[in-house]
Amino acid sequence: MTNDYDYIQQKLCHHLKQFGSQDTVITPDTDLINQLAIDSVKLLGLIMEVEDEFDISVPLNALTDVQTVRDLTDLIHKIKLTSQ
Amino acid sequence: MSLLDKLDTFAAARRAQLPDGADAFGVPIDEIYSTTEARIGNRRILFLGTNNYLGLTFSPECLEAAHKAIDAEGTGTTGSRMANGSYSGHRALEQEFADFYQCRSGIVFTTGYQANLAVISALASPGDVLLIDGDSHASIYDGCRLSGAEIIRFRHNDVTDMEKRLRRLGDRSRSTLIITEGIYSMLGDQAPLVEIVRVKNAYNSILLLDEAHSIGVLGKTGQGLAEATGVSAEVDFITGTFSKSLGSIGGYCVSNHPQLELLRYVSRPYIFTASPSPATIASTRAALRLLREGTGLRQQLWQNVNQLYSRLQETGYQLGPQPGPVIAIILDSPQQALMMWRGLLDEGVYVNLILPPAAPEGKSLVRCSVSAAHTSEQMQQVGDAFARLYPKLVA
Repeated sequence: MTNDYDYIQQKLCHHLKQFGSQDTVITPDTDLINQLAIDSVKLLGLIMEVEDEFDISVPLNALTDVQTVRDLTDLIHKIKLTSQ
Repeated sequence: MSLLDKLDTFAAARRAQLPDGADAFGVPIDEIYSTTEARIGNRRILFLGTNNYLGLTFSPECLEAAHKAIDAEGTGTTGSRMANGSYSGHRALEQEFADFYQCRSGIVFTTGYQANLAVISALASPGDVLLIDGDSHASIYDGCRLSGAEIIRFRHNDVTDMEKRLRRLGDRSRSTLIITEGIYSMLGDQAPLVEIVRVKNAYNSILLLDEAHSIGVLGKTGQGLAEATGVSAEVDFITGTFSKSLGSIGGYCVSNHPQLELLRYVSRPYIFTASPSPATIASTRAALRLLREGTGLRQQLWQNVNQLYSRLQETGYQLGPQPGPVIAIILDSPQQALMMWRGLLDEGVYVNLILPPAAPEGKSLVRCSVSAAHTSEQMQQVGDAFARLYPKLVA
């Protein structure tokens, strides 16, 4: 993966810090629903923040397969590449 | 997790939200006394949660039309229009909707939910884009899903956010259907339609406006928000429901685009559903006539709305951003909302309880629906009940 990918993941982890407890360590394998307790409403709010951060639009349909931080990073990276 | 275990999870979540067996989402109404009053158990209650905005459910004209239609054409059509044909009432109502909106054509559907499902899923397909307000009704979300098109949300009533998303789409904005609502069902606020139309024109997109809560309520003749803001000619498709101001059940779509008629051959929710019953069509036709002539009803409705909205505001409640037939009281927690809902029922006032995730941004609401059939005294009674409950809320 490119540096862009790492940058996306780093930024994403920053946004995800608002979820979970203070000592939660967020890794690429962190599960958004089971470990960070991000429900559907919170997820849509998070996506809006992420969209602004990266100047992209994330289709709702694409979120169905997202479970982990890595899944979300992959998705954003893919959208960024296709929108360039 | 098995299929049935998953349902048990939902049941557990529901029990957690509604302890002590409160059945706020399926209250048994034992007897209807009138447009505005009913009996629950041994308690007489005032309806303030029924979306009966013009109070036409007991109008003598609508009742007579429905009775006559049952006698003449029976209780149901027992099939779809493609298979069983179109009754004269179906065709007449479609023409009447087209005339009302001064549009080329109209289609009626069996429910309002289905109108959005049918129109959205037929207009858009994989490769297209649906750009929808984040607070859209479930029928819009479900229609979008059925279409297979890409679904993108913009922040509720935020035209800058909407435009940003159109810009990101580049040339794809031309194959984008923007969807918005005249009045939003949860907070009762109106879309910034003039601005939305300006942006939609700039990006050559198509606009669908759902007037479910605004037909009969807004505009000189009651068409809805597009009429009230003077942009009717620039809205490509208008959908709506019969189940609010028109007092029955069903839905419609009107448009000047000739392609609307093709939906009859490509829209699965239209093709594979039994058509509306003769009684429903007949009462809706009568209600549409009353709605068109209903300036007095609209005045009465708005008088009631303004009376209740200002009273609740004065009492100290946090309300939806603007007055309308839907008045949302925004509460800090599901527990507060449940306490308020129960308290109002004990006071003889029936409202809707809205708990997360149904309300926007995880809020909890009690939602009032005001009707032209309510009297000023009834609005006073409701205001008094809310005022008595307020101290418990801030305690």
